[in-house]
Amino acid sequence: MSDSTLTHADHAHAHPPYQRHHFETMQQQVDATGFAMWLFLLTEIMFFGGMFTAYLIYRNWYYPAFVAASHQLNIFWGSLNTLILISSSFTMAMGVWSAQMRKQGALVLCLVLTFILGLGFLGIKTIEYKEKFEKHHVPGAHYSLQSFLNPDSDAEAKAAGDKPLPLDMARHTEIYFSLYFAMTGMHALHMIIGICLLGYMIVRARQGAYTGGHISFVEYFGLYWHFVDIVWIFLFPLLYLISRHQ
Amino acid sequence: MSEHNVHHDPHAPADHDDALEGHIVSPVVYIVIFFALLVGTALTIAASYVEMGPWNPIVAIAIAVTKATLVVLFFMHVKYSPKLTKLTVGAGLFTFLVLIFMTLSDYISRAWGRW
Repeated sequence: MSDSTLTHADHAHAHPPYQRHHFETMQQQVDATGFAMWLFLLTEIMFFGGMFTAYLIYRNWYYPAFVAASHQLNIFWGSLNTLILISSSFTMAMGVWSAQMRKQGALVLCLVLTFILGLGFLGIKTIEYKEKFEKHHVPGAHYSLQSFLNPDSDAEAKAAGDKPLPLDMARHTEIYFSLYFAMTGMHALHMIIGICLLGYMIVRARQGAYTGGHISFVEYFGLYWHFVDIVWIFLFPLLYLISRHQ
Repeated sequence: MSEHNVHHDPHAPADHDDALEGHIVSPVVYIVIFFALLVGTALTIAASYVEMGPWNPIVAIAIAVTKATLVVLFFMHVKYSPKLTKLTVGAGLFTFLVLIFMTLSDYISRAWGRW
């Protein structure tokens, strides 16, 4: 499996079987693929960056609406999700280490743990989204201003001690929720893609694909997963923790 | 060319390029960073309950940036990566900051408040 000498006739040089022929050396392949993966992550930074910029501007324009709307989010679920994602980044980093150390059992375990934590995150997101639907806080035809015009009618708003908003400011809470669903929805989509890739990787890891020296897939998936974690690290304080001290 | 801390695994074939797995970061580092991230999370939650006026969002962003930096440097191995990788990450950060600050400067200098 780890022959460094190829058997086909044309080769005067020796290289690992997973070195592609358009690279002179394995080092060049590693450098090039790492660079390419980071370029992809840069495009992702700009992609989420656009939404963060929109959030930044609207939060500054309609601050009272953003405060009131953010009180509708549950800090317990948000914090738990943050802990889950940070833990999954840890298990993913340990997975890359396991691949580097050629410990197949440990690698599979780490990938499975990351997978389970990812599913846990999505499960909690489902709970949160369901509540938004039930309270008519989904932007669109059925959006309800009741929680913000009359905070005493809403358990979360009452618990936060919110005062009623004037009508025009109350209507701006819909912008907060548009950004909430856009940003967390896009983040959740990235999680789903990551979880599907994890499923594939678990199967391949059990076949020994990543413990023969060629760890690229695991390593670069790790970069993707850490990036998704970083996006959440910013989403959590910006969406959940706008102002809990008033 | 990047330097590689070659870890000689006695079970690996001797003729294999172990060095190309890159610098192998010790799990102890990962555990330390993990706990630092947990502490940062607790801090940011606690800070949101303290009235600090205009400093609240600044503190929140500062803690988030610190956590993200730890993830990038250690979990994503950038600290142990070749200069090209570091340059690429820096370029991405620069472009992102241009997005934020140039957009903001446009709004602030023209239409602020006229919505």
